[in-house]
Amino acid sequence: MNSNKYDKILLAHGGGGQLSDWLIRKIILPKISDSQTELADSASLELDSNDICFTTDSYVVKPLFFNGGDIGKLAVCGTINDLAVSGAIPVALSLSFIIETGLELATFERILESIGKTARQCNVRIVTGDTKTVEQGSADGIFINTAGIGCKIPGINLGTGNIRPGDKIIINGTIGDHGMTIMSQRQEMKFQSQLSSDCAGLSDLTVELLKNVPSIRFMRDPTRGGLAATLNEVAMQTRLSITINEDAVPVAPKVRAAAEMLGFDVLTIANEGKVVIVVAPENAQRCLEICRKNSLGKEAAIIGQIEQAADIAVVEMNTKIGGRRIVSMPYGRELPRIC
Amino acid sequence: MLDKVIENQKIIKEACEKLGRQIKVMEVCGTHTVAIFRHGIRAILPQSFKMLTGPGCPVCVTDQGYIDTVLQLAENKDVLIATYGDMIRVPGKGGALETKTTNKNVRIVLSAQGALELAKENPQKQVVFIAVGFETTTPATAVVVKEAAEQNIRNFTIFSNHKLVVPAMRALLAGKNDKIDAFLCPGHVSAITGYGIFEQIVAGFNRPCVVAGFEPMQILEGLTIIAQQLAEGKPELKSVYKAVVTQQGNAIAQNLVKEYFQPADGYWRGLGSIPQSTLRLKDKYSKFDTMARFGIKQIPAEESNGCRCGEVLCGLIDPPVCQFFGKQCSPQRPIGPCMVSNEGACSAWYKYGDDRGGN
Ligand code: SF4
Repeated sequence: MNSNKYDKILLAHGGGGQLSDWLIRKIILPKISDSQTELADSASLELDSNDICFTTDSYVVKPLFFNGGDIGKLAVCGTINDLAVSGAIPVALSLSFIIETGLELATFERILESIGKTARQCNVRIVTGDTKTVEQGSADGIFINTAGIGCKIPGINLGTGNIRPGDKIIINGTIGDHGMTIMSQRQEMKFQSQLSSDCAGLSDLTVELLKNVPSIRFMRDPTRGGLAATLNEVAMQTRLSITINEDAVPVAPKVRAAAEMLGFDVLTIANEGKVVIVVAPENAQRCLEICRKNSLGKEAAIIGQIEQAADIAVVEMNTKIGGRRIVSMPYGRELPRIC
Repeated sequence: MLDKVIENQKIIKEACEKLGRQIKVMEVCGTHTVAIFRHGIRAILPQSFKMLTGPGCPVCVTDQGYIDTVLQLAENKDVLIATYGDMIRVPGKGGALETKTTNKNVRIVLSAQGALELAKENPQKQVVFIAVGFETTTPATAVVVKEAAEQNIRNFTIFSNHKLVVPAMRALLAGKNDKIDAFLCPGHVSAITGYGIFEQIVAGFNRPCVVAGFEPMQILEGLTIIAQQLAEGKPELKSVYKAVVTQQGNAIAQNLVKEYFQPADGYWRGLGSIPQSTLRLKDKYSKFDTMARFGIKQIPAEESNGCRCGEVLCGLIDPPVCQFFGKQCSPQRPIGPCMVSNEGACSAWYKYGDDRGGN
């Protein structure tokens, strides 16, 4: 069958018949698989340890391609990062597509290439998957679900329960890049900008940190809701307060400008290549140095610390001008302001 | 920067001591509100220097009658509502616009231009642009009316609720709240109108008016000048936003607005009807006027749900005084527009707190 015959995804491409088979063998597998991939109903894996982490997430993003990434890269990195911040070394992913009929085959191929490339870079294998097609209007181009398995690094036990007053909070670089890039590229928000998403798999950095820095208490990737949401979750779970310092929080000037223009608080904007690390004070400097030497953490900074709560646990920020304000939990949907 | 902050703090403190009473300074611009809270500026002011959040957030000042009318329009299947984001969550009769986005006839736009484009892309629909905002946004609305006229676009109208800031300041001082000692005036409104427009407040009401931009240091400088003027008993018009704002403003933008709009009496939440405070399209452009196109008369409606936004907007109460604040009413589930809009006093207070523990 000639691949040129189809330039768009049809309903039958997800129907389990000849067209499905063609799509999987000729289009999907060559781009994402390695020599060991088999076409069985489920993958069988041999793992180094029986202490595993398992996670899943679904990805919908508009636009499908954005500066610094695309939905494919996002789907691989997102699941890798969920494993990475749990203290695991990511091993294998599953990959499922829900595709709206009419999606250009070329678009799908670009996404697949990106998935393959990202997985190879992050040293994870894609071992099983599924493709479904839905009628036009039932999906927005393509939705991706990934699930992932990782092996826990021996002796590592991360969790908010480990956190103590005095612990330092580190972030591996600038915040808000992903969210502001997406917002600036959304059709309804056309404004010129040169922003780029930070979308990246973090396991290379997290594994290095966990193997070399003792007493890392907790890690979390501040995706939706941004740094503000992650810090508020920590405060809520630990019943400890948090103070961060505005002049220590790295923000790219362009991201700051775009956020200000739209009236957003950059602390609430999503990241896709960032990790918040809570570490014992005596090891904070070492943690920072390792971050900064890694390409994923060049602009890392110690941004604040954990404190005993006076009354109720709150997250607060010392502002650049010497003031202080609350950093509250974002409510989920920030809207751009008028003028 | 911190040295300068401490210096300003000292001047403000001395001025307050000299006056020997609490002074109340109102900002009348949503961007100032957010900047003041976000930068924690309230926390560095003395207790006796009280900031009030005035009628400066476009969504908040929009009266309930307008909101209800928009909701009615959204019921019309031939209509496509183009609105700025904040507006869609304001509760009105039978829900908020947000609940109607599922009908796909409410779209968020970032600019007036976006609304006009929507009209071009949807020739079978009547696109209604929810034109709210102060002097800063009006010129952009005028531009799209001009374009729509030139290109003879027949499916585009604007539902103008553009507001003028000075009439609201006058209305406050003349009635609702004469306890306001001074105004921190908005930088970007002044960039368009020229800061000369505030002269009448200084002359007519003897109140200091200081124009500032949105950088924290500039805001603090503006407040310092206000404190000094009050202590010396010499109210004046000053601008610390020299790089952007002139006395006369932007003549091109002003002429554009003059060509398409005329002032009319208008309703404000909390302030009621204020003479010559709203901009309506001139009669010769009535074919782009939503009210003319759909034969709508705007009826004022009071909020009846116990929300105290009106008093908040006049600087009469701080948001926590409202019984719903932080309980039934939060940014997740707003009852009134001051909690809906990111620039609203209730939302800013809820999100960023007042680190002096209220006052
Ligand atoms: S807290 Fe809510 S109900 Fe109370 S005044 Fe503010 S917006 Fe209205």
